[in-house]
Amino acid sequence: MGLLDAGITKHNVLVTSVDNVLNWARLSSIWPMGFGLACCAIEMMATNASNYDLERFGIFPRSSPRQSDLMIVAGTVTMKMAERVVRLYEQMPEPRYVLSMGSCSNCGGPYWEHGYHVLKGVDRVIPVDVYVPGCPPRPEALIGGLMKIQELIRMEQIGLSRADALKKLAEKSVDPQAVIAEERKAVGA
Amino acid sequence: MAEGTVISQSVKESAAAYAIIREQFGSAVSEFDGNATMPFFEVLDASLWQDIALFMRDHAKLKFNYMACLSGVDYFPEEKLGIVCNLESLGALGHRLAVKVSCPRSGGAIPTVSCVWHTANWHEREAYDMFGIDFTGHPDFRRILCPDDWEGFPLRKDYKVQESYHGIKVPY
Repeated sequence: MGLLDAGITKHNVLVTSVDNVLNWARLSSIWPMGFGLACCAIEMMATNASNYDLERFGIFPRSSPRQSDLMIVAGTVTMKMAERVVRLYEQMPEPRYVLSMGSCSNCGGPYWEHGYHVLKGVDRVIPVDVYVPGCPPRPEALIGGLMKIQELIRMEQIGLSRADALKKLAEKSVDPQAVIAEERKAVGA
Repeated sequence: MAEGTVISQSVKESAAAYAIIREQFGSAVSEFDGNATMPFFEVLDASLWQDIALFMRDHAKLKFNYMACLSGVDYFPEEKLGIVCNLESLGALGHRLAVKVSCPRSGGAIPTVSCVWHTANWHEREAYDMFGIDFTGHPDFRRILCPDDWEGFPLRKDYKVQESYHGIKVPY
């Protein structure tokens, strides 16, 4: 339930919980760190640009990890880069989120067997909240992943751990196939 | 090359350039391979490689002023490591020629040509990084792509990736 859906009573008074307000503020201004590692970064930049316009979600890249809430690991993480990724992650203030974008950072991608220099999944060095599959994922898929991060933030409460929030998110998730079938039926397709 | 095949103009030019080198260095260089893709000859005495390179660059009828590429090769069955240098006379005589130099797989070395063509500096570092070829006399001899403390040479045929790097698991 969005905050504005709650309805505004007389005299412009809006009644809601503190969790709701905090979460709404945080999920409406996710600032990712502006860094890309490979071809996924091109898609990420396209998503940031005017056609897909991430700024309508309040998302725009920051130049410093110290001002960022989200790290989008967009591309192949090499063994050399892995240590730098950890350093950047550690420089981010909490609460921080990690979105692993594309096959390479999910699991090594096409380099899984013979890529001696590639880290086989960025989750080997930092905790990942959302994985976006694809090689590279289209901007729509990245936006889907970012909306998943927003949902995760919506699940959070004061005193609730990240693990519990992720569990809550998993419990609340719906099978998209059923929704798609329903939608198709509604339009008579 | 088989009799009666049509030899292109560029291969003829390469063959003419080779003839000058052959005349100077004799049995230190192999026969000419006039394939249409990239005509080449081999340097049989690797210790003369630097002299041959300087000769190729400075001779008035050769003027190989441009090193397009230097690649490493692992001749695993023959227990050898080698390099392939693609040389051209750019904007001067227009001909091109590849040179192959090799050395034993263990304990062998190839003289550097980074003093002849500066391009060779980074290319030789890459060949060292990937194949572990020792280039004697190189001014800045260290790895170029892999981290300095990486184990092994990744493009060797018998390369096995290390289990962990700085505590991070490397294999899948």
